[in-house]
Order: sequence, then structure tokens, then C-alpha cells
Amino acid sequence: MKLSQLQPGQSGVIKEFTDLEMSVKLMEMGCLPGEHVVVERFAPLGDPMAITVSGYQLSLRKHEASTIILQ
Amino acid sequence: MNGDLKIALVGNPNTGKSTLFNVLTGLNQRVGNFPGVTVDKKTGYTRLADGRNAEIIDLPGTYSLYPKSKDESIVFQVLADPNNSAHPDLIIFVADASNLKRNLLLYTQVADLKIPVIIALNMVDLAEKAGTEINVDELSKRLGVQVIPVCARKNANIGKLREALSYASKMPLQLETIEVAALAPGLIGKIQTEFLVDEPYTALQFAHQHETLKFLTPEQSDRIEEIEKEYSFHSTKAQAAETIARYNFINDVLLDTVKFKPEGTKETFSNKIDSVLTHRFWGFLIFFAVLFIIFQAIFAWSEFPMTLIEEAFVWVSEAAHNALPPGPLADLLVDGVLAGLSGVLVFIPQIAILFAFISVLEDTGYMARVTFMMDKIMRKVGLNGKSVVPLIGGLACAVPSIMSARTIENWKDRMITIMVTPLVSCSARLPIYTLLISLVVPDESFGGLINLQGLVLMSMYVLSMVMAVLVAWVIKLLIKSGERGYFIMELPVYRLPRWNNVAFTMYEKVKTFIIEAGKVIIAISVILWVLSSYGPPARMEVLEQKYQTAKVTGVTPSEEVQNLYASEKLENSYAGIIGKTIEPVIKPLGFDWKIGIALITSFAAREVFVGTMATIYSVGTDEAQEESVREKMASAKNPETGQPIFTTAVAFSLMVFYAFAMQCMSTLAIVYRETKSWKWPMIQLAYMTVLAYVSSLVVYHLLK
Repeated sequence: MKLSQLQPGQSGVIKEFTDLEMSVKLMEMGCLPGEHVVVERFAPLGDPMAITVSGYQLSLRKHEASTIILQ
Repeated sequence: MNGDLKIALVGNPNTGKSTLFNVLTGLNQRVGNFPGVTVDKKTGYTRLADGRNAEIIDLPGTYSLYPKSKDESIVFQVLADPNNSAHPDLIIFVADASNLKRNLLLYTQVADLKIPVIIALNMVDLAEKAGTEINVDELSKRLGVQVIPVCARKNANIGKLREALSYASKMPLQLETIEVAALAPGLIGKIQTEFLVDEPYTALQFAHQHETLKFLTPEQSDRIEEIEKEYSFHSTKAQAAETIARYNFINDVLLDTVKFKPEGTKETFSNKIDSVLTHRFWGFLIFFAVLFIIFQAIFAWSEFPMTLIEEAFVWVSEAAHNALPPGPLADLLVDGVLAGLSGVLVFIPQIAILFAFISVLEDTGYMARVTFMMDKIMRKVGLNGKSVVPLIGGLACAVPSIMSARTIENWKDRMITIMVTPLVSCSARLPIYTLLISLVVPDESFGGLINLQGLVLMSMYVLSMVMAVLVAWVIKLLIKSGERGYFIMELPVYRLPRWNNVAFTMYEKVKTFIIEAGKVIIAISVILWVLSSYGPPARMEVLEQKYQTAKVTGVTPSEEVQNLYASEKLENSYAGIIGKTIEPVIKPLGFDWKIGIALITSFAAREVFVGTMATIYSVGTDEAQEESVREKMASAKNPETGQPIFTTAVAFSLMVFYAFAMQCMSTLAIVYRETKSWKWPMIQLAYMTVLAYVSSLVVYHLLK
């Protein structure tokens, strides 16, 4: 299951990344394997999305979220 | 003033770093540049508890020492290079207590550079409210550094921080975080010995960043490249391994020092606001309402102070005329320098208001939501959600806006944003629009509500925005780039704006505007005055003889004759000759040689247009100058046809020309500075000139 497939309100735990370059940027921002993420909302036009991770809100594009695999 | 101690503020964005900086330094601060790069360097001074004076440097906020933008790369450059003029003796690491885990990632990186460091744990009150309990003493023990809980916004515990700063050790006492040497065995040691680097982590960062580090010579950089090959070093993989190792360390520390309340399903306050402000329907509606209010305020609130400034200048000009002996010097000072100055200073209220709004939007966290909402549309035309900030800022002035495009990490996105930002109608175009609109559009209103002139003005702004988007889309198709764009961005919690911060931003921006634009405008005014006051001696003599006869007859020449003399003098001056030369080129747009002079002079800065018109239509420095420029322009007739020169077609053609033409040397200069090549400003100049010419031609022939 990819993070981009979740609906607002749904949550999951990060398992791994499919893209090394993107993973470095995501991990810096607190998206780490084992971290709990909640999808808060999608932008009015459906993309990007806002998630809560390690205690704060992060926005990322769906394409970027699709590189995050959940447990 | 020199400090006894140099202290740098380091931290993530949105941690209250700037607030703490303001609290520590008060208004005792200035903005400069870091050596060799155009990144704003905020420095200030503060008195420590023991009476010593400390220089405080606010480094750009960043999430890690691996830079994602130009501004962020400064942090490591300053911290790693002891010869850098901003290199600190001590670091205050500002950490957001409500988001400690992510903040500590940067802390552990900075700590490994082994510069003495103190942690200012900000927003402890917010963290407590959210149910996070931090054992400060334990945290301090685990990291081996002083941790001072503060609340910068409420000015709480700052005294304690000052105390800690004055008793801070000169030696780095922080404990080891991760085993750095294990991240790239061999390579780190080799760089350390060859480049005489003390710290293993600094050596590792040399390997990662050697291509962009200004303090390394090209030979040194090449050597590092060789060492990397020797040890088959993979930058991204090493970075990923490091990040994971650091978070393992941080999790260990946090386990013993921080207690989180079990997260309830209770929605946070910020979340509630977001569900309205980024709502599918209300989100955009509110955004446009905000823009509308900003526009109304720029026009409505600035009217009174602008009139005051204008009146003040009329008074000063008159006083100068009376005080100075008549002659070329007085003319130069009053008609050249003073006229030019008033042209700049009159914009202060509008610029101040616009920047106040932009600063409030950013400070509250709303701007981040706007970029969130607009990203998808912006991406379609080759821009980025973050392009919204420069584009909105472009309404005030393209120069600071182009600098603000630095937050866009992707090169192509940033270039396109820089290329189209000058198309957005800036405040310098406003006086041109208002002058021309008042000339040809009747002051009528529909149903007493919508003013016709205001409507035309607004459509000029809409036109400029639409054109910016269209051009962005075209450039997107033309530029090739392998680099991937991304949009991983923190959505900060909503906060009330810090008013002293807003006030300071206003002050800074206005000051920059006056100094930067002022220099150009005064220079141009003086040159214009000389060019339009003098001409080839042979021609001038003929003229003088022609009007001499009137003087010889003994009667004072009537005002009409004087005006005629003045305008004929202008026609034969250097400026007039230049205007006549380019007349054939601009005739298809409906412009005559007098407008030609204005086009040339306002190439330096658009603001010069109205002043040039005033000079050309031989208006003295009497009161209500604008009014008389307008009247003169309205009554100006084409000598061949006897028809008025400023018809609706000409006025609109001129407005469209000014909307699209790149008539701003400051913008070209800043684009050169930001892109580091003349290629981009030259392309920009070329495409905008062609666009302006063609659009103007079309408008003129449609309305004629």
C-alpha cells in the first residue's frame, strides 16, 4: 500500500521507500520507516496532499507520496 | 561596532528563530550580504549578562546541513569555514519544542561540527499545551549542552539565555551523536589528513558538498572527487544511512527525555482553520477575497499619505526655487533631482502597505496554504506552488520578488518564475495606468458601486497575470531539464502575526526600495534634464535668434510665446533628436516622438514616465502638477492632423506597452545577480520587448 492511496482521515506506518533520492528528502522532514502518518486532506484540486507526521503537518505531491510504502 | 563574541542562530524554518533574533537584538540590527553571495545576512548586537557585547548572526533556516536551496547552502559554508567573516564562536541552536524530533536532526549535524553550542528550546508552552512533557535537565545531560527553555514570542526566559551565553564554554562540550567515521570508512580519514580538517563530520560534508563550497579551490574540489572515486563513495546512499543513524540516536534520547500524551482524536486548532481555508470551494473564494482586500487597501489607504508626500515636495521645490539663485544649477536641482526624488518617494505608502500584507500572510502561515492550493495549477504551466509568493510580491516590485524565488528548489521552476515575475504589474506601473486612464476613461460608475476607471485598472492587473501564466507555459515547453521538481513543504501551524516583525519588514523593504530605485531615478532625472535642456549648439543658436526678436521689441513675451519657445527648444534638444530618430519605429503603435522620449527615459525605470511627460509638455513646478500634466496631455494635438494625440487607442496601446515591456534596469540587474549570467536577463529583455511591441500594435489597430 502506498501513502498516496490513503483517504483523508486514514493512517498508516511507513515501511520503506521506492526512490532513494526522494527518500533522503522525506526522511529529513521526519518521514522515517516506523513513523506513524495520518492523511489530513487533499488540496482543493486533488493534489498535493497534507499529512501529519512526527507531530507536524507536511505537504507533498501525490507522486512523492507514492514513493512511500506503508506496512 | 565590534562584538566581543560572535554568535550564530541556527535552526529549522518556523521555529521562531527570527523572533528570537529580534528579541535579542531589538532594532539594533542590519541586513547585509554574506561574502560573495547575495543571501541576506541579518546581523545585530546584544549585551550579555556580563556586560560583553555579542554580535548575533541569523543564519537562514534549514532542515539539514544538506542544502536544498541557495540560501540553505550558506549555513554549512559559514559553519565549516573558520575564515568566513560570519563564522561564529558560539551557536544558539533554536529548536521548536513541539516538534523536537525533526529539529534535533539538524542539531546533531551541527553538533558534530564541534563549535560550542547552546540549545534554546522555543515554544515550550505550545508543546506543553499539546501534551508533550520535556525533561530539560535530562535532555541537557544526554546531549552534553545547555538547554534553555524560552518563549521568544512572549519574551520569556530571555534573561536566562543571555546568562547562559555569557558563561558559555569556549570549547565544544557536546557529546558524540553518531559514529560518523563508520559512514564512509577510509574516505573521511583521507580528507581529514589531506585537507587538515579536524572534524570527521566536516570532512564527510566536504565529500558531499565540495562542488558548491566556495572556500575550496577547483583543484581541491577535483581532488575530493578523486578520493570519492577511490572509495566508491555514493553521496545519496551515504546521506540516507546518516539520516537513519541520526534518527536512531534521536529516538534513543527522546525515549528518556520526552513524554508524549497519547494522541487523542481531538482536532487541532490549525486543522480546523485549514478545513475552511483550504476548502474545495471556500479556499479559493477566500484567497481571491484576500487579494481583493489587499488591492483595495493599497489604493485606498495610500491616497492620503501620497498626497502629503506630493505636497511636501511642491513646498520643498518652491522653497528651493526661492532660495537658490536662478540659473542652470537651480533648474538641475529642482527640475532634475527633486522631481526625480518625488517620483520615488511617492510610492513609499503603496510599497509599505503591500509588504505589510505579504509579511502578515507569511507570518500567519496562510501563504504556505496558498502555495498548497495553487501547486497543481502552477505546475501545469511550468511553475511551482511556491511561485505564488514571488508572483504576488511582483505586484509591489519585481526586485525583491525575484529574490524570494530562491525558496523554489527546482532550477527550472525557479528560472520560469524569475522570467515571468516582471510581467506582473508592479507598483511603478500604477502611476502610468492612473494617468492614462484618467485621460481617456470617463469617471463614471455602474449603479454607484463599480467605478469604470477602477474596473479598467483592475483589468490591466488581470491582463498582466494572465500573460505571466501564458508566458510561463511557453517557456516550460522550451526549457529542457532533467532535474525533478518536488514539493515537500512544512505547513506551519497558524499563528498571530508578530507586529514588530511586520513593521521591521516594511521598514527594510521601503529602505531597500528608496536606495536601489532612488539611485537609478535620480541619475536618470539628471541625464534627462541635461539632454532635454541642451542641444546641438548650431540648432540652439538659430532658435535663440528667432525668439530674440520678441525680446528686442521690449514687451515681455506672452506666456504662450514662452511655452512655444520651450517646446521648440525641447524638439531641438538632444532628447528631442533621439525621440525623432525612433519615431518611425513607434509610429505604428500610435506614439509620437514625445512619447518616444518617455519610452527611452523610462527604460531605466518606469516611474520616470510621468516625470518625463511633465518635462516634455513644458509644465513648470506649479502646484497640482499631475493635474496639469494631464490637462496638457489631453489638449496636445497632432500638428499634421489637428486631432488630439492621446486618443483612447493611443492611451491603451501605451498602457499595454508599459504592462509588458521590460523597462526596469534594477530588475535586469537582479536577474543577472540571481542567475549569474547575462543570458537570462537578455532573453527576458528581448521577449518582453517583442511582446510589448506586438501587443501594443494589435491594441492600437483594434481601437483606432
